[in-house]
Amino acid sequence: MADFNEYKGVWVFCEQRQGALMSTDFELVSEARKLADELGCEVTGLLLGDNVESIAKELGGYGADKVMLCESPLLKDYTTDAYAKVVCDMVNEYKPEVLLIGATNIGRDLGPRCAARLHTGLTADATHLDIDTKKYVEFLAESSTIDLSKQTFDYEDRNLKMTRPAFGGHLMATIICPRFRPQMSTVRPGVMKKAPFDQAKADACQIVKPAFSLTADDIKTEVLSVEKAATKLVDLIGADVIVSVGRGISKDVEKGIALAEQLAAALGNGVVGASRAVTDAGWMSADHQVGQTGKTVHPKIYVALGISGAIQHVAGMQDSELIIAVNKNETAPIFGVADYGIVGDLFKVVPELIKEIEAAKAAK
Amino acid sequence: MKAIVCVKQVPDTSGKVAVKPDGTLDRASMATITNPDDLNALEAALKLKDATGCEVVVVTMGPPPAEGMLRELLARGADRAVLVSGREFGGSDTFATSQILAAAVNKIGVGPEDIVFCGRQAIDGDTAQVGPQIAEKLHLPQVTYAADIQKDGDTLVVKRMLEDGYMMIRVKTPCLITCIKELNQPRYMNINGIFTCYDKPMEVFDYEALKDDPLIEVDTIGLKGSPTNVFKSFTPPQKGAGTMLTGDNVAAQLASVLAGKHLI
Repeated sequence: MADFNEYKGVWVFCEQRQGALMSTDFELVSEARKLADELGCEVTGLLLGDNVESIAKELGGYGADKVMLCESPLLKDYTTDAYAKVVCDMVNEYKPEVLLIGATNIGRDLGPRCAARLHTGLTADATHLDIDTKKYVEFLAESSTIDLSKQTFDYEDRNLKMTRPAFGGHLMATIICPRFRPQMSTVRPGVMKKAPFDQAKADACQIVKPAFSLTADDIKTEVLSVEKAATKLVDLIGADVIVSVGRGISKDVEKGIALAEQLAAALGNGVVGASRAVTDAGWMSADHQVGQTGKTVHPKIYVALGISGAIQHVAGMQDSELIIAVNKNETAPIFGVADYGIVGDLFKVVPELIKEIEAAKAAK
Repeated sequence: MKAIVCVKQVPDTSGKVAVKPDGTLDRASMATITNPDDLNALEAALKLKDATGCEVVVVTMGPPPAEGMLRELLARGADRAVLVSGREFGGSDTFATSQILAAAVNKIGVGPEDIVFCGRQAIDGDTAQVGPQIAEKLHLPQVTYAADIQKDGDTLVVKRMLEDGYMMIRVKTPCLITCIKELNQPRYMNINGIFTCYDKPMEVFDYEALKDDPLIEVDTIGLKGSPTNVFKSFTPPQKGAGTMLTGDNVAAQLASVLAGKHLI
C-alpha cells in the first residue's frame, strides 16, 4: 500500500474544447474547494491544451488556488493517449489525494483509462461528495431511508465518500476507495453548484507550468476533424422549463411536438424533451432525449406529456423541482413521481392548459 | 481477423425495478436482457463479418445462466462464445472486472487485425468504465462513443460522438471500440441461427483457466481485489404521493397552482 501521507490536494481535470472551458469545470472546482477546505489542502486545476493560458485564471475565481498548465500542439484536440499520458504522469509526480473529472463524453473516456493505469478505483458519475463524516451523515438523514439511529460512523474517517445513483436512481450507493490513491471520481455535469465568481481570487490564482514529456509516437489515434453539430442542440441541462413528449404523441406526431413547444413557451422560455421511444422512432433527434441513456435534467418545471414513466425515463427527470404529468392511462407509473397529474388526452388537455396559463399570466 | 465482443447480461430496466427492503436489488424478480449497447457492439462485429468473413467471438463475465444469453448471441450470428465464470470473480468493481475480461480476451488472443467491441455502458451500473479499462490493460488504443465505423485498409475511421458534435478519428488495429445505439440497428436471430446455436463452440473460462495471466491475482480481482467498495447503499426517500387533478377544469386548476407558486 502506498504511503497515503504523500498524497495531498484536491485536483480537478479541467476540460476545454476548442480553447474554451466547460461549465462543468467551474462546478467541479467549486465542489473541490469545499472538499479541500474540509481536508485543509489546496485545489489545483489541471488544464491541458494548446495556447490555453489565457483561460486558466478564471478557474481561480471559482476556488482553484493554482492551475497546472500543460500546453503542447499535441494537446490541442483531445486524444485518449496524449491526455491519459500527461494526466497520469502529473498524478504520479505530484500525488493528489483526490482527482475529479467531469462525466462528459470526454471525461468518461479519460477517467477509466487513467484509473486503470494508476491502479486506483474510479467512481462513475457521482452526484454527491463528502469528506467530513458529520456532513455525510447529515446528507444521509436528508436523502436516504436509512435508520441512522442503528448506524455507527467513524467521525475521524477522511476517505472521500462518493455517492452515485444506481439502477436509474432506484438505489443510491456511496463508494469509497480506501486502499489506493488518488481517490478518483467522474462527476455528473449540472449537479454540483457553481460558486459565485470572485475576480480577486481569479487574479490571485497561481499558474504553474510543470515539465512533461509527450511525443507524437505516444498517440495511437489521429483526429481527422472536430465537428460542431450542424443544428443548434437543445440545452436540456441548463433549462428551467422542460416539456417532454412520449409515445402518447403517436396519433399526430407533428401536432404533439408543436403543442409541447407552445406549452414550453407559455411556461416561460422552455425547451422540448423526449422519451427514448420518441427519439428511437426518429420523431425527434437524440439530443432531446431525457433519461438513463439520454440526459439527466433538473428544471424548475418538468412536464411529461404522454410518457408512461418507465425507469429509463424517470431516472433522468425525477429530481426536477415540480413534475406535471399528463397521460391517458391512470395507472401510468409517471403519476408515481408527478407532483400534479392529469388523466386525459394530451391533445385536448394541452391546448386548454396553454389558454389557462396565458389567462393567469394576463391576470397578474 | 476476428472481432471480440464483450457483453453483459443486465436486469431489464424498461420494466419495473424491484428493490428489496434492505435496499438491494431484487434481481430474481426482474427479467434479464442483453445490455442494449452491447447488441450494437455485436452488430458492428457482424457487419464486419458480412464484409470480411471474420470470426466473431462473444465473451461475457457472469453466473452460469448467462450461457442462455450467449446462445442467443450465437443465434444472431456470432461464431463462438466464452463464458467467464467463477466464484473468485464475484463482487468485482469495474477495475477488477476489466482485469478479468482483459485476461479472457488475452486468452482468446488479439491479433494485429483484430478489434474488440464493447457497448458504451451497461444499464445496471451506467459506468461506461469497463471498455476503456480493458483497453488500458491490453495496451490497445480506444475509441469510445462510436456512431459510425468505416474500415479503411488496416485502419478504422470512427465517428466519435461528443455532446456538442463529433470527432472523426482514425485508429489502427488492433484496437477497442465502444458502441452507442446510433451506430446501427441490431439484427434479430434467424431460423438458421437458432438451429445452429447449440452446435457452435461455447467455452467456459474459470479461475483455473485464467489464473496464469499476470492480470489475475488475488489482490486485483473479486470483491477483495476491487479498489472501490460500497460504503453504504440506500434507497432515496419515497416522494410523497402527488395530487391528481380531476374535474372539468383541470387546466385552470393547474394554472392557478403554478401562479400560486410564482412559477408563471
